[in-house]
Amino acid sequence: MEQLLLLIFLPLAGAVISAFAGKSAKLISTVFAVASLVLALFLAINFIPDASTQFQVNLPWIQDLGISFHAGIDGISMLTVLLTNILVPIIILSSYNHDYKNPAAFYALILFMQTGLLLVFTAMDAFLFYIGWEAALIPIYFICAVWGGKDRIRINMKFFIYTIAGSLFMLMGIIYLYLQNPAHNFNIEAFYALNLDSVQQGWVFWAFFIAFAIKMPIFPFHTWQPDTYTAAPTQGTMLLSGIMLKMGIYGVIRWLLPIVPHGVQDWSCLAMVLSIIGVVYASLIAFTQKDAKRLVAYSSIAHVGLIAAGIFALNQQGLQGAMIQMLSHGINVVGLFFVLDIIFSRVKTNKIEELGGIAKVAPQLAITFLIIVLGTVALPGTNGFIGEFLLLLGVYQYGIWAAAIAGLTIIFGAVYMLRTYQNVMLGKTNELTITFTDIKGTEKLVLYTICALIIVLGVYPKPLLHLTEASVQHLLEQVNHKLTTVN
Amino acid sequence: MNIIITISITAFLVLYAGLFKANKALLPLTIVGLLTALGFTFCAWGANTVHFGMIQTDNFALAFSSVCIIGTLLIFLLTQNYFHAKSDNIAEYYTLILFALAGMIMMVSYKNMAMLFVGLEIMSVSLYILAGIRKKDFASNEASLKYFLMGAFSTGFLLFGITLIYGATGSFDLDKIQEYLVANNQTHTVSPLVYPGIILMMIGLCFKVGAAPFHFWTPDVYEGAPTLITTFMSTVVKTAGFAAFLRLFAGSLGSEHQFWVMPLMVIVCLTLFIGNVTALFQKNFKRMLAYSSISHAGYLLFSLIVLSQYSNNNVLVYASAYTFASIIAFAVLILVKQKTGSDSFESFNGLAKKNPLVALSLTVAMLSLAGIPLTAGFIGKYLMFLNVMQEYQTILVAFAILNALVGFYYYFKVIVAMYFKDGAETELSAPIQYKVVLVISVIVTILLGVYPAVILNLI
Repeated sequence: MEQLLLLIFLPLAGAVISAFAGKSAKLISTVFAVASLVLALFLAINFIPDASTQFQVNLPWIQDLGISFHAGIDGISMLTVLLTNILVPIIILSSYNHDYKNPAAFYALILFMQTGLLLVFTAMDAFLFYIGWEAALIPIYFICAVWGGKDRIRINMKFFIYTIAGSLFMLMGIIYLYLQNPAHNFNIEAFYALNLDSVQQGWVFWAFFIAFAIKMPIFPFHTWQPDTYTAAPTQGTMLLSGIMLKMGIYGVIRWLLPIVPHGVQDWSCLAMVLSIIGVVYASLIAFTQKDAKRLVAYSSIAHVGLIAAGIFALNQQGLQGAMIQMLSHGINVVGLFFVLDIIFSRVKTNKIEELGGIAKVAPQLAITFLIIVLGTVALPGTNGFIGEFLLLLGVYQYGIWAAAIAGLTIIFGAVYMLRTYQNVMLGKTNELTITFTDIKGTEKLVLYTICALIIVLGVYPKPLLHLTEASVQHLLEQVNHKLTTVN
Repeated sequence: MNIIITISITAFLVLYAGLFKANKALLPLTIVGLLTALGFTFCAWGANTVHFGMIQTDNFALAFSSVCIIGTLLIFLLTQNYFHAKSDNIAEYYTLILFALAGMIMMVSYKNMAMLFVGLEIMSVSLYILAGIRKKDFASNEASLKYFLMGAFSTGFLLFGITLIYGATGSFDLDKIQEYLVANNQTHTVSPLVYPGIILMMIGLCFKVGAAPFHFWTPDVYEGAPTLITTFMSTVVKTAGFAAFLRLFAGSLGSEHQFWVMPLMVIVCLTLFIGNVTALFQKNFKRMLAYSSISHAGYLLFSLIVLSQYSNNNVLVYASAYTFASIIAFAVLILVKQKTGSDSFESFNGLAKKNPLVALSLTVAMLSLAGIPLTAGFIGKYLMFLNVMQEYQTILVAFAILNALVGFYYYFKVIVAMYFKDGAETELSAPIQYKVVLVISVIVTILLGVYPAVILNLI
């Protein structure tokens, strides 16, 4: 149990130290992020891939209110914990070519956010989950609003109000479940065991669903997302798209499905339709984007739409696909945003039509970018393929038309991503890109790592599938059991 | 009882010290007096004694007394050079604040409605003078006059209410009133005089705590009064007012809950809505705080909508959270105003660069007032929501959530100004006392947010 406490609070300690470290915060935060990664890998190695929750911590916290510091890791958590701890060091390394003003605060906030995220992904107490949920939001608000670009204040206020609106309704749902629970605590197992009728489940479903849908975001709750992604500093965008949106997906899997399966079943049709609308709608908008960063933001909505559809299909393939795709999408989207950041730092623009011919002057960037793009469009042999394949299989079992429409995302994605690649990297070198220098130093390190992950996970995804399989199966059994026995 | 005596004696000593122009001794004397009173509070903890049938020092009274005394102590620490710059007769400030505090201690520990009235008047009269103490300042005079007229009105309402209830029950004693109500409630023989009495008392007390629609005096008085007095009024005075409210309504009038909950619900919704929406449009930070204090009154009244064994404690948590956060906010406001001469939002621009500590403290305060987790304000709000959810008042909670969202917007306006906007490049230094107050308040705010168990089961 000590390992888990260490895992959660190591980044927080790093945040405190970084906050007082002044200029050396960059280095210190890297050390802490890498240490967290090592710890997470250590936990992953010691993790027994069955359905049980391991490394459990259960400390009394606010006993009078039935709140305890109860956390643990099962297969689903393990994957998201790995995702967080892999991406945070990458994100911090990707900031090496920037000189942010007030670096101490910047890196402290990133590490603070990591603790919040880890709390969300490991919490087994609903109150703790909520605390982590908000603890991840505050730092990212400041990261985006202090170090962001044009119009950042208005955009981030919108983002903040949007997400906190969702989370307050979720809090209401949590309080409701707490009051329904005869033991008057926030224990997740007790919540699973609750006996709610379908009307109650419907209300609780909506209270949670809106919070998760805003976070992911699912159409029509997505309007904050493109602006926020575009205005945020690259590291903020990476945190938002790479890790933070997984909070919403994780929340659906961990809290929504097992607690209110009837609610999910009653509303899954609507959720599925919204997800699929999101897929098509975001893809179509991505076509028309002139700014590459905005294009990636919309493509992210499309990918997340497919993940959500896979989850609401409520079957093994869909859920497994969602798990794998969470990790893959996190890695790929961080890679994409980093490439765009490198381009922006060289030529000060992300407008697709102003770029071109970079491949000639920067072959290494071109290769790595290509691998990331291929991963994003789910070419077989890359990490994106296995996830999207499983997701579509899951959606197919739900309904053939759903799968047919959702499957468009692969075609659409291939078209707009490859066209972007073509316009940015290939073609004639223009006067803007002629002086382009190839990647070097930490840029190389980051991009090579990402590419290696893309290929390794694409060729040999078995350990990952194995990691989550038992937990996902257990979860589905729980859901089906509840669906068949209650009411 | 000895708490009241200590504070009163301190007040007189300070007055005499002022007479002999011992201006340097005023602050130490006051602090020693208040610390002694605080010591008496801690010593009396757990002992439930009744003094002359008038004052009851139970844990409820002691807990709220402590909050009031600690709040006043922090405010006194902020006085450094504040009064000196404004007036020659600074001893009067100290004395009047101390007298007001003595009145408040009576208000939180009364057992007899006569005592409630006496305490309320001691407090109010001191405050009328304090609001207008800058006698050559127009706004200050206006504030004083408004406060006095409104205050006199509300006292009238309260007295009417007390009289009617006395007429029905034949006693001023809280326990006797409760006995009467409980005994006659079952047989439906409660005198009809009780009901208008309850409504009138509710109106009178709502005036004092600044709940809508009886809030009209608040913004003008808060804005016109010297900032330090505003701090005092919006934190300590408000806490005492709620304690008095709670003692009467949750205690002796609790059995008539069915009757007064509907009007109270209307008051709560109005207070939340008016407070938050009006605060949204304020350009002046001080005025924004005034309206936000109205909205917080709305949240505090949540504890009376569903009466439970936790109601009292919920108010204690919320009031402490609110008090500490507000003290930070006003302290920073005083600093900024001394520097820039204005209390608009623009004067906070770029504060993060000028003084990171002050900016960080104000951020914590704003997060706490907005109710972000890991601050005391969140625990307070959470307890209030939990309280009303117990009877599944989901619509009320949803309404409160929408209002809280509005709150986020205007509290964050200050944070935005401090961190994201550039201001004039002037240093802003904080005197050591201010730093002490800020650091203590920030620590308490975060401590109560992270580990609220320390005060959850006090009363």
